[in-house]
Amino acid sequence: MKQNLIGALCAIVIMGGAFAQTPKKPVAKPAAQTAPAVEAKDAATIEFEKFRAEMEDSNPAELFEMKGEEQWKTKRGPKNVALAESCDLGLGIGKVQGAYVKMPRYFADADAVMDAERRIVWCMVEKQGFKFDDIAKKPFANANFTPDITNLVTYVASHSRNMKIAVPLKEPKVREAWEIGKEIAAYRAGPYDFSCNTCHGTDGKRIRMQNLPNLSTPAGAMKGVQGWPGYRMTGGVMLTHQWRMGDCFRQQRFPEPKYASDAVAYLLTYMIGNANGQVYKGPGIKR
Amino acid sequence: MADPMKIRATMKGDVAEIRILMAHPMETGQRKDAAGNAVPPHFIQTMTVEVGGKKVVEGHVGTSVSRNPVFGFKMKGAKVGDKVVVNWVDNKGDKRTDEAAIA
Amino acid sequence: MNTTRRTVLKSATASGVLAGLIGTGALRPTQVLAAEWNKAAFEAKDTAGALKGMGAGAPSDSKDLILRVPDIAENGAVVPVDVVSNIPNTSSIWILVEKNPQPLSASFDFANGALPEVSARLKMGQTSLVKAIAKADGKFYTAQKEVKVTVGGCGG
Repeated sequence: MKQNLIGALCAIVIMGGAFAQTPKKPVAKPAAQTAPAVEAKDAATIEFEKFRAEMEDSNPAELFEMKGEEQWKTKRGPKNVALAESCDLGLGIGKVQGAYVKMPRYFADADAVMDAERRIVWCMVEKQGFKFDDIAKKPFANANFTPDITNLVTYVASHSRNMKIAVPLKEPKVREAWEIGKEIAAYRAGPYDFSCNTCHGTDGKRIRMQNLPNLSTPAGAMKGVQGWPGYRMTGGVMLTHQWRMGDCFRQQRFPEPKYASDAVAYLLTYMIGNANGQVYKGPGIKR
Repeated sequence: MADPMKIRATMKGDVAEIRILMAHPMETGQRKDAAGNAVPPHFIQTMTVEVGGKKVVEGHVGTSVSRNPVFGFKMKGAKVGDKVVVNWVDNKGDKRTDEAAIA
Repeated sequence: MNTTRRTVLKSATASGVLAGLIGTGALRPTQVLAAEWNKAAFEAKDTAGALKGMGAGAPSDSKDLILRVPDIAENGAVVPVDVVSNIPNTSSIWILVEKNPQPLSASFDFANGALPEVSARLKMGQTSLVKAIAKADGKFYTAQKEVKVTVGGCGG
């Protein structure tokens, strides 16, 4: 297992390029919380939560679900095949209902533990004939562009609305992935010597107005899972869990993880697995 | 036509509640792209909501409305099955019409 | 969803079919508006200019005009605003964000059973008063609330 961990971490470290970033804004030291700051958080949080239900009610994420549905059902790619007729998300070919909450899971045909985005990309490559490198070149959305994979993930996630998270942690390979994910979350590196746990490993942390969920607890993990894929109000962009992992790495001043890699799948297995048993409400809305 | 809207119309007692989610960038003209150039204004200017063939709401909006706009309206005198038709036109003349039945 | 429209559009090869549909109102290529988009009002740089552009007299404060906004917006890009007018015979509701470069955000006219209330989501550039104006029987009424706009953190 140690071998796997080293392998996964090498996958992160070998990705160059992103390491030489000049920090845009100083990152608040999470440890410096005083009593008055915690009170202010409660007032603001209460305020945000007052409108949260209303915001989630008509969530622009639905616009991306609609696009994803079209892309799932249309014959595309060099092999001119629809994902609806070729892609097995774990419950059978083309079966979307309830698939999202059961991932990450181990897929024998790929011999890998895969999160939803990684699995859909795998289907796009293996079944539709798209090139992985083409997808990986622009895998995430910005104000002017939303990649197909983002729409597809949103669509698939929406079909697990109101279902319980059920990552199959009892399976040995998934359990192993969870263990590695837990170690990655604790691994300190980068110029700030941060780990995921620095921000997300204890209760009550906050950066400016955003509360940081404790991803090692069921409630905290569920907050993380509920957020991504999510429509981010800043910039009006649809972003996925895979994106968030990469962006966390960036904010820790780590090299970016390889897109749809083992490392990300293991981290997601840890995070989503910790949320097992709780109800997923579908694609979220973020600040 | 531009990207489709999502219209949800339900009866709550004798009031019909209409929720509309539109797909539109609603560019103010002040945002700068990666090259530093201002993205030109591109926003919905007018919209209408018709129920059962009659116009119930006429809305004029400007650049202060959020990207991918959401609107909610209520009306009396409608019933399950009535057709809700929403139409918008933007400053470039692009337009979109969608409909849904009151559930 | 809207499969009927798409199916019809795909199969409408002859212009005659489309013309017939336009006649029945199934396709509506243009809106029928009560007024043109009011450029002067929407591009006015302050509330006074916007009201003037809309032809509004000085509005009086009214407790029957209910404005529901968050005290603190989670994100200035998407601020939920709900306006309900309990003033009899309200025909229109306008919403303005005082400190926005162009304060007039939206105006709505109600008819044929529509209730004088609206939910919308607005952009706010900074902490500012959000103002609702209701027009009823030719008179103008107003209510306002301040919304604090913060910068988001670097979290998710």
